Amino acid sequence: MSTLKGPTLKGPTLKGPTASSQPKDGPSPTCMSINGVSYALPNDPRTTLLDFLHQNLALFGTKKGCDHGQCGACTVLVEGERINACLVFAFQLRGKAITTIEGIAKNDELNPLQSAFVKRDAFQCGYCTSGQICSSVALQKELADKTPSAVTFSENYSAREDISERMSGNLCRCGAYPNIVDAIEDVIALEPQ
Amino acid sequence: MKTNQTANFIGEPINRVDGVLKVTGQARYAAEHTSTMPQTPLVGFLVASTSAVGEISHLDTSQAEKAEGVQAVITHKNAGPLKAFGKPDDEGRFTQSRAVLSDTHIRHYGMPVALVIAQTLEQARYAGSLVEFNIDAQPAQLLHKANQASDVPESLDGGFEPDVETGDKPSTYSDGFAVDVQYTTPSQISAAMEPHATIAHFDGEKLTVYPSVQIIASAVQALATTLEMDAENIHVKSPFIGGGFGSKLGLHYDAILACIGARYLKRPVKIALSRRHVFYNSPHRGHSFQHMQLSCDNQGKFQSIAHHSAMPKAKGYPFAEATGAGARVTYSAEYIKSTHRVKNADTPLIDSTRSPGDAIGSLAFESAVDELANKANIDPLTFRLNNMPKVHPVNGNRFTSHKLESCLRRGAEVFGWQRKSSAQPGKVIGHGVASAMRMNVLVESSAEVSMDEKGKITVLTDMTDIGTGTYTILAQIAADTFNTSVDNITVNLGDSQSPASSGSGGSFGASSTGSAVLKACEAVKSKLLSLLPKNYQNAQLAVTEQGVCVRQSHADSPQDTPLASLVDSSVFPIRELGAVSEDDTSDDEQYSCGAHFVEVEVDTLTAEVRLKRQYGMFSAGKILNEKTAKSQIKGGMVWGAGYALTEAIHHHTDSASFINPDFGEYHIAVNRDIAEVAVDFIDLPDFEASPVGAKGIGELGITGAGAAIANAIFDATGVRVRDFPITVDKVLEGLSKKAS
Ligand code: FES
Ligand code: FES
Repeated sequence: MSTLKGPTLKGPTLKGPTASSQPKDGPSPTCMSINGVSYALPNDPRTTLLDFLHQNLALFGTKKGCDHGQCGACTVLVEGERINACLVFAFQLRGKAITTIEGIAKNDELNPLQSAFVKRDAFQCGYCTSGQICSSVALQKELADKTPSAVTFSENYSAREDISERMSGNLCRCGAYPNIVDAIEDVIALEPQ
Repeated sequence: MKTNQTANFIGEPINRVDGVLKVTGQARYAAEHTSTMPQTPLVGFLVASTSAVGEISHLDTSQAEKAEGVQAVITHKNAGPLKAFGKPDDEGRFTQSRAVLSDTHIRHYGMPVALVIAQTLEQARYAGSLVEFNIDAQPAQLLHKANQASDVPESLDGGFEPDVETGDKPSTYSDGFAVDVQYTTPSQISAAMEPHATIAHFDGEKLTVYPSVQIIASAVQALATTLEMDAENIHVKSPFIGGGFGSKLGLHYDAILACIGARYLKRPVKIALSRRHVFYNSPHRGHSFQHMQLSCDNQGKFQSIAHHSAMPKAKGYPFAEATGAGARVTYSAEYIKSTHRVKNADTPLIDSTRSPGDAIGSLAFESAVDELANKANIDPLTFRLNNMPKVHPVNGNRFTSHKLESCLRRGAEVFGWQRKSSAQPGKVIGHGVASAMRMNVLVESSAEVSMDEKGKITVLTDMTDIGTGTYTILAQIAADTFNTSVDNITVNLGDSQSPASSGSGGSFGASSTGSAVLKACEAVKSKLLSLLPKNYQNAQLAVTEQGVCVRQSHADSPQDTPLASLVDSSVFPIRELGAVSEDDTSDDEQYSCGAHFVEVEVDTLTAEVRLKRQYGMFSAGKILNEKTAKSQIKGGMVWGAGYALTEAIHHHTDSASFINPDFGEYHIAVNRDIAEVAVDFIDLPDFEASPVGAKGIGELGITGAGAAIANAIFDATGVRVRDFPITVDKVLEGLSKKAS
């Protein structure tokens, strides 16, 4: 981030989606890519990624539960890693590739985690679900990369406890936790070891 | 999928019909309906009071008005006509005025003082910081001690009498055992993951509102009352709600402010409360002092049950919860007394939070019952089974069905009561049990069902789905009636232009609206059958790929005749209304029952409590969808874990504010707090309760769930904590006392 600007209150900030038409591979230096589409960064430096998705792009799949990094409802993937979209300013994501819940299913085919969530009834109101699913997509990669979790260094922990620990940044007030862990376990069991 | 004549679609554990929308992020919640608006909604941000009670003495909005993007700053000076909060007195609390910014009076900390509306959230939030105000504050009245609550509440939630007393008070406990204990539970909040949010728009006189609300019809009335409008001109839509748990039964300030803003600017306005604003501008549950005097004879039969509850009540708002309900109905006793007192307090709204009364009543009562069993040296499960009532212990009325004993017995069996797994070094294992009794009600409800000539069935009702699975169970009820797949059913919910229903709340939604839908389906079916020639009168209807068929059973193979060959297609669409009222339900005592079993592991050095297993056996009439019902009950049990172990609003007594109004410090259970959670049902319809045979489950899962954990902690450690939640410090203190 070599070109951080100080806060300014200037400039129009309410724009519809501004998908750039340039047909190229990566996003341009003034853009970020969201689900494979390149978007110009917003002008207001105060705009978080979460508010950018909502206000500028009308992409509402990512939810706001707290706006303070305390609930995980806004979890999205940046270059395959999970982050809280409410805790990052949009301008910090220049050149980055972001995946939101809208980009998790490919060509109208649900990601196995999405199907498992439906089958295991791993949600009720659905408000935390986008975040849970983005988190569990990233969790699969963390397991593959052997990224440690808080239980990794304790004795005798089970795979279930590890999943549960890794999913504890995503609150669910409907209390779907046991079903969420079931869904993730189902999908992990399907994967070639 | 069903293709056979024995329709049994109700009850099957099918996936939620709205599941794919939810896992792909396409379900639209209140604040997300921006594209249906004629213009992009402006964004409102509220400026909140920093005093609990007083009068606004100074208000300067000039700097805020000049800030970039700001369209208006609205205060009591320019909010437009509003009926005073809480008026008219004779209306119910969800249809009374919910006015805000109507005068200079501040009733509680965090109450809106001004509303800033700008083009973006960033602009509105920043401009909000430029509003200058001063409040002439008075000291806030709060409830600090049980004996400060001396008012008899005018009414208790659920229609319970504030005080009951039955039987003869035993004069002495000399030939038995007694406990005389006070339990305390903290203030708690629903904390639905979706913060309260609303988009409102005026098109001339016509107001369209997308709030996040559990009951649509009363929301329309509340808006009409508050804004002094004709209800005919108000259209409310709430197709998806990100959790309610009582906090969205009525409308809150986000809705009123969005309407005030839209009226002022003649533009759509959106307001999504910040999480901190939700703590102050939506209801919470008050803290409780529960004093219990319980006694039993030396055989472990209850002699007396006395429960006294002291709680705060929000000043000027008519809600008090019946924490004593469980003490009145769960066990038989020679003498039962239950009393409720409140103190009017200067707090944010106190109103229904999941399972009002029983959620915290059961925490205290079922813990105290365990204390008595322990004193009498009787296994706590046996003790409970010793005291099962045959009829309602207070009024002697019969129960339409009562399965508490079966839940306890069968549940103990499945759980493996007192067959504990062996503890790791440095840990102790405990088992806990608690009973659950939750009253059941049927609420007036209506629905329209229509069928077109291709057999497409549409269900219309203003009922809501707050995560409970309403879309799914209503589709199942219709599919069941018409021998078809839920794919042929369209369920349209949450729209005030549809027939008025019970809405979601008090565990009454599924049985009430489900019964209305069932009746409407049956009306459509009989209408169609009545058009058929005589020899078809005993036939069934079935909607198949060929469209609507008349199905007759010949020997063992059903024979389908296309309806089109028998009746003129001009009869379609067929549209019928179904409704239920109190005539459809028994006057006898209706309760859902359950038994909770818990295994905990406690570290003897650190006092850390870890749940190992939560198990529950429940009876709630006919289970309409086993999968969604289990999810809902499990969710309640997860709440029970939060109530037992982590959740508490801490009050700052000087400012009457909350010390921890966010998810960082108000600790709802997280994934890792919860281990195995399993649920079974005794699935038997109770047609005296409702035409569809179902009773409430939404509040049953939490009732007793926390007490079973508290009892398991005692079983493991011998430490009894009477001040919820049972945090590590309290267990540790108990362990050190025992050691010394
Ligand atoms: S909204 Fe970002 S963590 Fe809660
Ligand atoms: S499904 Fe409602 S908050 Fe998780």
